[in-house]
Amino acid sequence: MGHIESSLLNIGYLETLSYQQTPLHRLDPRVKLLTTLVFIVAVVSFGKYEITGLLPFIFYPVVLMAVGNLPPGYLAKKILLAAPFAFFIGIFNPLLDRAVLVHLGPIGISGGWVSFVSIMIRFTLTVSAALILIAGTGLNAVCLALEKMGAPRSFVTQLLFLYRYIFVLTDEALRLARARALRSFQGRGMGFKVFSSMIGQLLLRTLDRARRIHLAMLSRGFDGKIHLLRPLHLHGRDVAFFLGWSGLFVLMRWFNIPHLLGNTITELFR
Amino acid sequence: MHMADALISPAVGGAMWAATAGLTIYSAKKLKENVDEHIVPLMGVLGAFIFAAQMINFTIPATGSSGHLGGGMILAILLGPYAAFLVMASVLTIQALFFADGGLLALGCNIFNLGFFPCFIAYSFIYKKIVGEQPTRGRILLGAMVAAILGLQMGALGVVLETLFSGNSELPFSTFLLLMLPIHLGIGIIEGLVTAAVVTFVWKAHPEIVTLAPSSPAKAHSHKPLLIGLALFAVVAGGMLSWFASTHPDGLEWSIKGVSGKEELDAPQEGVHGAMAWIQEKLAFLPDYDFKKPEEAKEGMAGKEGEKASKGKEEESWPAVSAGKSLAGILGAALTLLMAGAIGFGLRRYYSHSKG
Amino acid sequence: MSHHLVEINHLQYTYPDGTSALRGVSFRITHGEAVAIIGANGAGKSTLLLQLNGCLLPQAGTVRIGDLPLNKETLSYVRRTVGMVFQDPDDQLFMPLVHDDVAFGPLNLGLPPEEVEERVVSALATVGALHLKDRPPYRLSGGEKRAVAIASVLSMSPSILVMDEPTSSLDPQTRRQLIQLLKTFNHTLIIATHDLDLVLDLCSRTIVMKEGLIVADGPTLEILQDEELLHSSGLEKPLRLQGCPVCQARSGPAG
Ligand SMILES: Nc1ncnc2c1ncn2[C@@H]1O[C@H](COP(=O)(O)OP(=O)(O)OP(=O)(O)O)[C@@H](O)[C@H]1O
Ligand SMILES: [Mg+2]
Repeated sequence: MGHIESSLLNIGYLETLSYQQTPLHRLDPRVKLLTTLVFIVAVVSFGKYEITGLLPFIFYPVVLMAVGNLPPGYLAKKILLAAPFAFFIGIFNPLLDRAVLVHLGPIGISGGWVSFVSIMIRFTLTVSAALILIAGTGLNAVCLALEKMGAPRSFVTQLLFLYRYIFVLTDEALRLARARALRSFQGRGMGFKVFSSMIGQLLLRTLDRARRIHLAMLSRGFDGKIHLLRPLHLHGRDVAFFLGWSGLFVLMRWFNIPHLLGNTITELFR
Repeated sequence: MHMADALISPAVGGAMWAATAGLTIYSAKKLKENVDEHIVPLMGVLGAFIFAAQMINFTIPATGSSGHLGGGMILAILLGPYAAFLVMASVLTIQALFFADGGLLALGCNIFNLGFFPCFIAYSFIYKKIVGEQPTRGRILLGAMVAAILGLQMGALGVVLETLFSGNSELPFSTFLLLMLPIHLGIGIIEGLVTAAVVTFVWKAHPEIVTLAPSSPAKAHSHKPLLIGLALFAVVAGGMLSWFASTHPDGLEWSIKGVSGKEELDAPQEGVHGAMAWIQEKLAFLPDYDFKKPEEAKEGMAGKEGEKASKGKEEESWPAVSAGKSLAGILGAALTLLMAGAIGFGLRRYYSHSKG
Repeated sequence: MSHHLVEINHLQYTYPDGTSALRGVSFRITHGEAVAIIGANGAGKSTLLLQLNGCLLPQAGTVRIGDLPLNKETLSYVRRTVGMVFQDPDDQLFMPLVHDDVAFGPLNLGLPPEEVEERVVSALATVGALHLKDRPPYRLSGGEKRAVAIASVLSMSPSILVMDEPTSSLDPQTRRQLIQLLKTFNHTLIIATHDLDLVLDLCSRTIVMKEGLIVADGPTLEILQDEELLHSSGLEKPLRLQGCPVCQARSGPAG
């Protein structure tokens, strides 16, 4: 419970971050969404043993965090929290793929370790891009962008409703959970029976609330369609942002920049 | 369990996105045609309920761990397959964006695994067949149990296949499956029990809510979702195979040749899939630069390094090159990170100054 | 102005589960009146209010708003005329931002964007919540939520304002501000509430309900003095009318 409670606070914090006024936040949400997708596709399109080629991609999250005034420590913590699955699957690589792939002087490194490190780097990059998208844009704006880009309206609408009522309903659930915790001793009362009737109770309340919301909507002329009045305009800076970063991603995908750098330097010192 | 961006390839991610996008559009259309659009707010609020319900957990006897509600099945029972699928899609979207569960590219996979299977397959073909028009306590329990378990098994199989086709994990198919299925059997049993208990609870209080779903349009064309699902799956599988074939020419080539008589399958060039495939094509300049290496690396011993280096393409082949080259690589990597740090720091200083 | 009229005749309503919530209710409210509907929990107040704008349709009896009887055809007219403020603002504020929420009604009326904008600004200004325009509703305090909920109804320019327990869960000062605000309205006001002091301040007429029936209907001062009636309806005389010893002791020497 504590974990989820804190992750909900995190939703709130991510949202607070999205209210800032920075050059990043002022960009059109569609552009940020698209750029994020291009970034992710570029990152995951590398081969499984790639490490150095992936590194330059760190520029994107680093620059965006700086420009959007997003706290790196907080985002890093969120990334760590999400790591277990990728780690769990990736950690089998060193066990299964033991053929030595790289020699660093006397030390031989197996392909498994290389691909594991590669997976973890990809993980860090893709997750940070998604978190930056939401912290630098906000869910409402992302929904708006989705709608403008052709996602079905009913999907977008209920996504907005979901987000709106997460806070209200989790509050209710927390109250229920606290009430139970206060009255259960030595694990009694934490079992399945109480649990299922609590969830049932919560569900009934939720259905009731949904009914009241629907009434409130009907009272204000709801006829099945929700009008999202919010024109979006593409500015020059939006186009520049998208083309600039996408171009850079293509370059970084094509040329192994750390390699070129390293080669140039070792050449220089030869 | 959520699929992660780090584990999938663009082709698999893109194909699953295409499948999911198709299903979303299809469900939204069905919703408009058959079900009242007035349930859209109810859908959103129930999505929030899934989150809220996950905050309450219970102690699993004799294990010391705790379980909670997953969601797909109960949504399908309350809302019918189309609406439930849309709600699951948005629940997973929120999880991907806010909790970094999964990721944006893997979102397609996750929605498919945790939305399509329970809502369209497990609910339509298992739960409804068992429960029928006149629910009883026993039928609800049986239906929810079987449907939840099978739904999750299918989802787990999905995770395994997607991971495998992506080729980033070394886990062999059977091992991975043996790892995933039992875990998900446990999760499925819990999910089934919770679903059955909650549905029975609500059914006793408000019978009309639970019997509402069977009268929803899914009944009229209950074969349709499957057909569409299968067609979509074919597209997905085709997409994956074609990609697989292009990166593993020696692996699957023969089977594709055998089936279609062609060297490679063409990925469909429409919609999101087309876009994704296009992007991937444009990005994957060196489509199979490294896939031969690992296999050879496994067979051959470390001594064959030099040989392989000549095979691989220069820029991409850090893993298989000589020590001198690795040094350059490490140096370059360190420099890159240093520069990134410096730029980040500089920009941060600049913006905080220009603000203050 | 006849469209400010509310007339109800022998109205009955039974919920699907068999609870009979209204068992023949009749009254008539004319233009500009401020009417309180009071009664114990479960007396049927909320159910009655839901009938007034067609959220529930009468099963027997009639509801007339202005010149028209309430039915499926007149529903949209009635909803434009009767603005309903629900008890829990969280149910009423469902859009992502305060601004969107206040614009929801006018947009549904099909108004052009400029006019929608105008109405949003003026409705928010009326309740003193213009500064909250770009905030999401779940980040507002209870009082702010209430103010915005009222604005979201005012933006549709209803001629009749119906409110369900507008002062519940408000702190004393916010409650006072709300009462001051409502005093400035010249709409027809219908308020269901347990806050009898608010009734005293705001409404000239009071209707008392009990178990789905109207047991009294008359001038507020008279009804709130009738201890027997109040007691039998599960209510209590408001403190201000109880000749409270503390206040008397204080005002005694001065008066
Ligand atoms: N959705 C519903 N389904 C079934 N019965 C209901 C429903 N809503 C209200 N009732 C019942 O109808 C009766 C009248 O309820 P109503 O909400 O109108 O009372 P109220 O006067 O507003 O009470 P309160 O002061 O507590 O708000 C009650 O007996 C209540 O239990
Ligand atoms: Mg009430």
